[in-house]
Amino acid sequence: MLGKLGWNAIPFDQPIPLVSSAVVGIVLLGVLVWVWAKGYVPYLWSEWITSVDHKRIGVMYCVLAMVMLLRGFIDAMMMRTQQAMAFHSPGYLPPEHYNQIFSAHGTIMIFFVGMPFVVGLMNFVVPLQLGVRDVAFPTLNSVSFWLTASGALLVNISLVVGEFARTGWLAYPPLSELRYSPGVGVDYYLWALQIAGAGTLMGGINLATTILKMRAPGMSYLRMPVFCWTALASNLLIIAAFPVLTATFAMLLLDRYFGFHFFTNEAGGNAMMFVNLIWVWGHPEVYILILPAFGTFSEVVSTFSSKPLFGYRSMVIATMAICILSFMVWLHHFFTMGAGADVNAIFGIVSMIIAVPTGVKIFNWLFTMYGGRVRFHTPLLWALGFMVTFAVGGMTGVLLAVPPADFLLHNSLFLVAHFHNVIIGGVLFGAFAGYNYWFPKAFGFMLDERLGKVAFWCWFVGFYMAFVPLYAVGLLGMTRRMQHYDVAAWHPWLLVALGGALLILCGIGCQIAQLVVSIRTRERRRDLTGDPWDGRSLEWATPSPPPSFNFPVLPDVEGEEAYWGVKQRALDAQRLAEEPEYHAIEMPRNSPTGVVTAFFATVTGFSLIWHIWWLVALGLLGAFATFVVFAWRDEEEYEVPVEEVARVDRARRRARVEAMPDWRRPA
Amino acid sequence: MSASTSASAAPSARAAWDDPNRVGHHGHGHGGEATGHGQGGPASKRIITGYGFWIYLLSDIVMFSAFFAAYAVLADATAGGPGARDLFSLTNVAVETGCLLASSFACGMASIAASVRSQLWTQILLLVTGLLGFAFLVLEAREFAQLVVEGAGPTRSAFLTAFFSLVGLHGLHVSAGLLWLGTMMAQIWAKGFRPNMMRRLLCFTLFWHALDIIWVALFTIVYLMGAG
Repeated sequence: MLGKLGWNAIPFDQPIPLVSSAVVGIVLLGVLVWVWAKGYVPYLWSEWITSVDHKRIGVMYCVLAMVMLLRGFIDAMMMRTQQAMAFHSPGYLPPEHYNQIFSAHGTIMIFFVGMPFVVGLMNFVVPLQLGVRDVAFPTLNSVSFWLTASGALLVNISLVVGEFARTGWLAYPPLSELRYSPGVGVDYYLWALQIAGAGTLMGGINLATTILKMRAPGMSYLRMPVFCWTALASNLLIIAAFPVLTATFAMLLLDRYFGFHFFTNEAGGNAMMFVNLIWVWGHPEVYILILPAFGTFSEVVSTFSSKPLFGYRSMVIATMAICILSFMVWLHHFFTMGAGADVNAIFGIVSMIIAVPTGVKIFNWLFTMYGGRVRFHTPLLWALGFMVTFAVGGMTGVLLAVPPADFLLHNSLFLVAHFHNVIIGGVLFGAFAGYNYWFPKAFGFMLDERLGKVAFWCWFVGFYMAFVPLYAVGLLGMTRRMQHYDVAAWHPWLLVALGGALLILCGIGCQIAQLVVSIRTRERRRDLTGDPWDGRSLEWATPSPPPSFNFPVLPDVEGEEAYWGVKQRALDAQRLAEEPEYHAIEMPRNSPTGVVTAFFATVTGFSLIWHIWWLVALGLLGAFATFVVFAWRDEEEYEVPVEEVARVDRARRRARVEAMPDWRRPA
Repeated sequence: MSASTSASAAPSARAAWDDPNRVGHHGHGHGGEATGHGQGGPASKRIITGYGFWIYLLSDIVMFSAFFAAYAVLADATAGGPGARDLFSLTNVAVETGCLLASSFACGMASIAASVRSQLWTQILLLVTGLLGFAFLVLEAREFAQLVVEGAGPTRSAFLTAFFSLVGLHGLHVSAGLLWLGTMMAQIWAKGFRPNMMRRLLCFTLFWHALDIIWVALFTIVYLMGAG
């Protein structure tokens, strides 16, 4: 009846997961009770859960990412304490638990922190910057988000029901084959990522279509802000790479569930084929994450230097060059496979070449700041921290791209330090820069600057303290994923690394405090004009937060930096342009399709993991029924009446006129 | 500060602000001529839907390419079991191919019938499309069953694993297409030729033809090259 599921799935003998999941459960229950008691349920249901508004969905993606960041960071703290303690001692985490922690840490940080954070920023910002009212397929967008959330839920369920994979974050066979991993851990990993991956792919199709086919009149490709270009490149990579991930995991699932022989040791299976396939996805994936961060930094650096971005066209070319080159370097993740000197040399050279467009970008950002009137707000601090850190990470990457050096450094902590150097220093710093930069646009009030800056410095110093020691122990020969060790020379470095992790913990604490303080004092932090940073692209032309329809009349783009030009004309004339003629606007209706689909996806995934076949059938049937119900509906849109459009836009115009005397002249 | 300012400002003095990076002007949105750089504003719903669906199809083809790659790697890994030469019957595959291509033809005719708003002919032709697709599936299932009976099932060797997965993935797509087709026929019957139904029909025909493209590759690489 319940397949493999029984009471023995609950880890009663392991206090750490049991207690932590109990705490999470109680907190979750508390939040639910609080929401219910306050009467927020109808509001949440109609304004957020069933919303198909790209801005709401973008915010929900970012919230998911931040919550999962806490989970992934707790895993990181456990690993750092374990390694600090486990010199000549078993530490406090048994190996089978430690292995789950490092697997979960990697999986969560990439798939459920990095991905939702950048996808959330793109979702929120891209339609606003393009001057349109929503993405190409609004309901599909909601489905994408909820499928990602469903995957995250399955990963978290594995904490208390069953176990998670012990195979590392990419689950290489033959270790991940049924013979060597007979438990449900790998199944949790595979199904959670299949569901989330399907959501990501749909999101990628959606945003790419939006950028290619839905731009405001006059917004030609070379007038798009660089963030839109990086979003385009990132989503094209999603479209080309994620199907490979789905296929690869499908093959491993066939091996595990039906005894197929894709990657097994026997009957001609080929484990290295998995490694090749997974990195054909995996290397583009790191650029899927970093490109939107590059775009964010471009916006931030230009805005806070009060200058147009230096070398716009070279930025576009560099972005698209990275987009293409990212598919030609996958083998550098396993030079040690033994493909031969010629193959390794080619992939090594391409890996070094890909550093060139990235270098172009770094110089462009520096030249943008040069001669500008630079304002050191929190988002710019993150951008500056990124430039320094990412350059270091890039250089260690070029080191690793030399095959002979890689043979020594492969799977050492040097490698671990390298990819944290680029992912934290690049993706996460970018996400935080974007979060501080676009927060007032999303919510209509500013985040606290002082706490934001303290958080940045804690993260920045903490990052170096935590990862420079890992470079050192990597060079001293320490391999990754060690549960205990007895080399005295490593121990002091790992203690310092723990100190760094604690400093990052302070940074996270400051970020939580920043959010809480800002919400409590929001009345005096209001962004009344909708343009708090003296911005240059179209999102700053809308009020904060923007109305559901974004723009009362689609903007008519007459040049680059669409909003900047309009703003300068208004300043020259000391008045706004004539009031446009307003019309009623048709907007897509809310739909519970996304959340219901994700419910059935979760049920199906869970029952597949536990071999509850009747429930699998029920879940699939439910998902199909949901689609039919959605497809059958007659009313897809509702109309925003012309009076409402006029009221919103007149309020915006009034606010801008009142604020006009305070505006600066261009530099 | 309206973003929808039109031609009120003097252009010359503003050039530096409008175009700070000197990438040049290409006319002005509304009223200006579309220059082929996508300046004409958002495309129509039909274009957006079809375009988005094409992108999905491309991603689907990428997924197939991973299975093709796996097949290419594992084609010789027969583990002492039967190889392609011993197993495939080209007659059966030829009939399968015929069914699939005829089905696509019927599907194309159905979209013509829909464009002249003939409910009867649309339904008949979509039914023919579906029945031919179903016949293909029956033939494929028979082939699979026969192989399993002969002891050449997917667990026999890595080669057979790759073969069953690649061909089966195509079959799975055809099955999903049939489910979609049935649902859509009921919708067209109930709702008539509304614009959203026409968009779905467009997507379905794209899907059905894309499956043909994949089948042609599959037929060539797996069956012709294998049996030859």
